[in-house]
Amino acid sequence: MNEITPTPAERAEKLKGLGSSRKRVEDVRFTQGKGNYVDDIKLPGMLFGDFVRSPYAHARVVSIDAEAAKQVPGVVAVLTAADLAPLGLHWMPTLAGDKQMVLADGKVLFQGQEVAFVVATDRYAAADAVELVEVDYEELPVVTDPFKALEPDAPVLREDIADQKEGAHGARRHHNHIFTWEQGDREATEKVLAEADVVAEEMIYYHRTHPCPLETCGCVASMDKVNGKLTVWGTFQAPHAVRTVASLISGIAEHNIRIISPDIGGGFGNKVGVYPGYICSIVASIVTGKPVKWVEDRMENLMATAFARDYWMQGKIAATKDGRITGLWCHVTADHGGFDACADPTKFPAGFFNICTGSYDIPVAWLAVDGVYTNKAPGGVAYRCSFRVTEAAYLIERMIEVLAIKLGIDAAELRRKNFIRKDQFPYRSALGWEYDSGDYHTAWDKALAAVGYEDLRAEQADRVESFRRGETRKLMGVGLTFFTEIVGAGPVKNCDILGLGMFDSCEIRIHPTGSAIARLGTISQGQGHATTFAQILASEIGIPADNITIEEGDTDTAPYGLGTYGSRSTPVAGAATAMAGRKIRAKAQMIAAYLLEVHDDDVEWDVDRFVVKGAPERFKAMAEIAFAAYNQAIPGIEPGLEAVSYYDPPNMTYPFGAYVCVVDVDVDTGQVDIRRFYALDDCGTRINPMIIEGQVHGGLTEALAIAMGQEIAYDELGNVKTGTLMDFFVPTAWETPHYETDWTTTPSPHHPIGAKGVGESPNVGGVPCFSNAVNDAFRAFGHVHAHMPHDHWRVWKIAHDLGLHG
Amino acid sequence: MIPGAFEYHRPETLGEATGLLSQLGDSARVLAGGHSLIPMMKLRMAAPEHLIDLAAIADLRGIAVGDDIRIGAMVTQAELIAHDGLAAACPLLREAALQIADPQVRYVGTVGGNVANGDPGNDMPGLMQCLGARYSLAGPGGTREVAARDFYISAYETARADDEILTGILVPHPAPGTGYAYEKQKRKIGDYATAAAAVTIGRNGASVAMTNLADRPIWSEAAGKALAAGDAAGAVAAALAEIDPGDDNRGPAEFKRHVAGVMLRRAIDRARARMG
Ligand SMILES: Cc1cc2nc3c(=O)[nH]c(=O)nc-3n(C[C@H](O)[C@H](O)[C@H](O)COP(=O)(O)OP(=O)(O)OC[C@H]3O[C@@H](n4cnc5c(N)ncnc54)[C@H](O)[C@@H]3O)c2cc1C
Repeated sequence: MNEITPTPAERAEKLKGLGSSRKRVEDVRFTQGKGNYVDDIKLPGMLFGDFVRSPYAHARVVSIDAEAAKQVPGVVAVLTAADLAPLGLHWMPTLAGDKQMVLADGKVLFQGQEVAFVVATDRYAAADAVELVEVDYEELPVVTDPFKALEPDAPVLREDIADQKEGAHGARRHHNHIFTWEQGDREATEKVLAEADVVAEEMIYYHRTHPCPLETCGCVASMDKVNGKLTVWGTFQAPHAVRTVASLISGIAEHNIRIISPDIGGGFGNKVGVYPGYICSIVASIVTGKPVKWVEDRMENLMATAFARDYWMQGKIAATKDGRITGLWCHVTADHGGFDACADPTKFPAGFFNICTGSYDIPVAWLAVDGVYTNKAPGGVAYRCSFRVTEAAYLIERMIEVLAIKLGIDAAELRRKNFIRKDQFPYRSALGWEYDSGDYHTAWDKALAAVGYEDLRAEQADRVESFRRGETRKLMGVGLTFFTEIVGAGPVKNCDILGLGMFDSCEIRIHPTGSAIARLGTISQGQGHATTFAQILASEIGIPADNITIEEGDTDTAPYGLGTYGSRSTPVAGAATAMAGRKIRAKAQMIAAYLLEVHDDDVEWDVDRFVVKGAPERFKAMAEIAFAAYNQAIPGIEPGLEAVSYYDPPNMTYPFGAYVCVVDVDVDTGQVDIRRFYALDDCGTRINPMIIEGQVHGGLTEALAIAMGQEIAYDELGNVKTGTLMDFFVPTAWETPHYETDWTTTPSPHHPIGAKGVGESPNVGGVPCFSNAVNDAFRAFGHVHAHMPHDHWRVWKIAHDLGLHG
Repeated sequence: MIPGAFEYHRPETLGEATGLLSQLGDSARVLAGGHSLIPMMKLRMAAPEHLIDLAAIADLRGIAVGDDIRIGAMVTQAELIAHDGLAAACPLLREAALQIADPQVRYVGTVGGNVANGDPGNDMPGLMQCLGARYSLAGPGGTREVAARDFYISAYETARADDEILTGILVPHPAPGTGYAYEKQKRKIGDYATAAAAVTIGRNGASVAMTNLADRPIWSEAAGKALAAGDAAGAVAAALAEIDPGDDNRGPAEFKRHVAGVMLRRAIDRARARMG
């Protein structure tokens, strides 16, 4: 026996398992500039691809003349749709069941669309040649407004499917209509609306924006003609799905394709989809026999790769006079751009937008979403949120404010009155979800107490008075939000992407000396998986997190998984990790019992060891057990210590949070100063509080960007007006306010460790909170709702329209 | 975001530089900090075949505070900010320079490039007009001086001939006790002005200039006169009568006009408060 016996708590601390604010192991390389991103990959003889893109939003491509381009020294090939057509690769399937042109096939549908792919020995030659490809366009009428796109005489955008009455998600009722997705009970909801004491109604636009990750999208494709193997390094949030899709569309057997996601510089949904650049690089590599790199620049990223949001949401909310919500009605016109390339689970063409009843016990609801084609870039990805969940939270959290104004009830009180109560969980919502767990009242009370809510309201009322007396030109706004996320897609029974069930996986190997490697089907893009998944495992198998390597992103070594987006890694792959860990522990128990010469049931788990029940001095620590697994012939037990788990989650998880934002608005300039931002998050079991805080800070900052200025704007001709970082708002430290973070812990009852996911909550809750604060500042003057983004001139316009400029 | 091909020249004397410029003609552009020119080249909105880098010409560097203040064209915005003698002699220069872009841009961007560029978004031109500065130009035919107030014709069009190089900026000392302010509204760090106003008020009169509210900086003589006479409202009205903002992503002209008034009013208030 040891002389100094560490207590179980001391031993647990050494593991740096669940609850430890362990430093991010990734940061050692990132902070030294030693990360390995796609553009760092350099292969011998590598060629570079670059796109000729359409300057027009809608035009016929009459002819393409690449002769001059081919004369540029260093140019190897110029690919057009005509070159891809014989391979059947001039179009590709989208994740949403539509198809998309890889290179313009007769026409273009948005500005920046890929028209030709130039391949050259260096980037400079490729860029020069791009300038020399002569494309003869014949301009066509442009539609950038989804409502106009549905008018009877609107121009036909998708001539390829103009006569098709059925789409991937049911009937199409117009040549520019994609689908209608309906949920809930329309008749019952409209009856409630008709009979309600009060109905608040508002059109709420969640503008088009873009995830704009620090690293843009790109890949290196390398076809080895000798062994027939295609390797693609790329910015992929779902490497296995890319492998399967690549195999299906190229005809190359799946075992001959290897997809590698190296370090990824942020994804936020932008890197879920499959882009023409990937296909063209692969084809170019097959044609030339050389590796081909393609990395888009910032303007291409903003203009052509997947956007987010662009939802016109008409909401109606019914309530009794005293503020009990009785029904919610919502119709969304969803602008999908020229192709439907949303990245949602197949059966959910509007994602999980039907979480739009939010945190409230709303007895009936109805929702319909109409997807529409316009002359804008395709996309519609979940930008730091689960599928369309930020849109849903924005709708309900704005509607609550609108209703509070109409009822003359304090918005905090209105929320409290309608929250789903703790004893109602698991709670079945009117639009079909089963919320796993929650304690909304406790979180709300904690948040309001933390910010001194009553005092804020008193100060705000004083401010309005001084404003009216002419003593100040600044108004004060208090933004409230209580959001419920739905993450962790998802149960295979209803969640799949292109037929691939949305389970995830973990494979663990324990090495003889008691360290380990775990491989997962997910891929970190900044979330810190190498840090946190090791922590989950440390707590499950008693090996210090520091001794566990986490590896992701290589389809030749990682078990099959659906990747990282929609806050699904911890709920799904994290669960798989815990489950695989438990398999390890089960075998370790048998080994320990054998070594201790007792029956399997006579040992019990104690942090990092199995101890004989009732005799804690007799134990086998995990390191000893690991060694025994490799050097002892144990009757009835195979050598080695490995496990794999494929986890099909029984349900989604439902993180929630209570946010409060206080702003001071300069009525004369439209400038908004964020005085205070308080964020309480409940993500169930907290794996690494430091990483949670970092994720919350990052998510709130992206929410700030979206709410306060970030947008992809088009003019009537379909020109992108915000194609550079001068006009596309990405906050720096200067614009970013101080955040106060807080938490409650309500574990998920169905997740092995009770964790729910957190990376996206702050975006889901943050956007409505900032927006509510700005709108609230003008409430005293009769203002109800203004669309985001709340940049200076739009805020100024609220004041102007209210006559506050005298 | 890759510029077209170009030849790079790095002359060591002003004579060599002007020689190259007249020899190469239209196909050449001088390069200072490159923080306006290179973005334009990457967008292929500018495609000079020759770049004449002024970085090695010692004569274009340095700040001298004498009878006048002389700022060499190749002085970076950061050097201007860091120069104590200059901050004491003409604090408005420093206050305005600190509102340009961000530290990264200011370390490389030059004062000469900023005033020579001719982009109405640049902050220095309006500032120099407000201060009554003069620009020294050197060309094949010798040197000359042009007042900042006469220099700007329209966007990217200035009084500088294509074969001339701007060598320095001469700023008169403001009279003792002159109040000053530069007020700029921008959407974020690193942004050009939605509207900006430069104001000085002193014993010798007042001066008012506005940035990014027309196709060139606007120095308003009438506004200066009104302000010198103590009529702040009249000064604002006079300046607003001379600007001609356009719609862009920062907002419609109506909004900019309003903000221009607010910026100018605030600049006047601060300048007055600082009068000695
Ligand atoms: C992100 C960003 C934000 C910015 N924000 C601001 C801002 O808020 N306010 C602001 O004022 N500026 C801003 N700028 C511009 C910056 O200040 C530039 O540095 C400046 O406009 C040009 O100076 P330069 O030395 O970089 O000149 P360059 O880019 O090298 O040259 C600009 C032009 O002037 C010509 N030129 C340069 N020097 C001379 C000379 N001595 N004689 C004749 N011609 C010459 C060049 O040929 C070229 O046409 C910003 C730039 C960036 C990249």
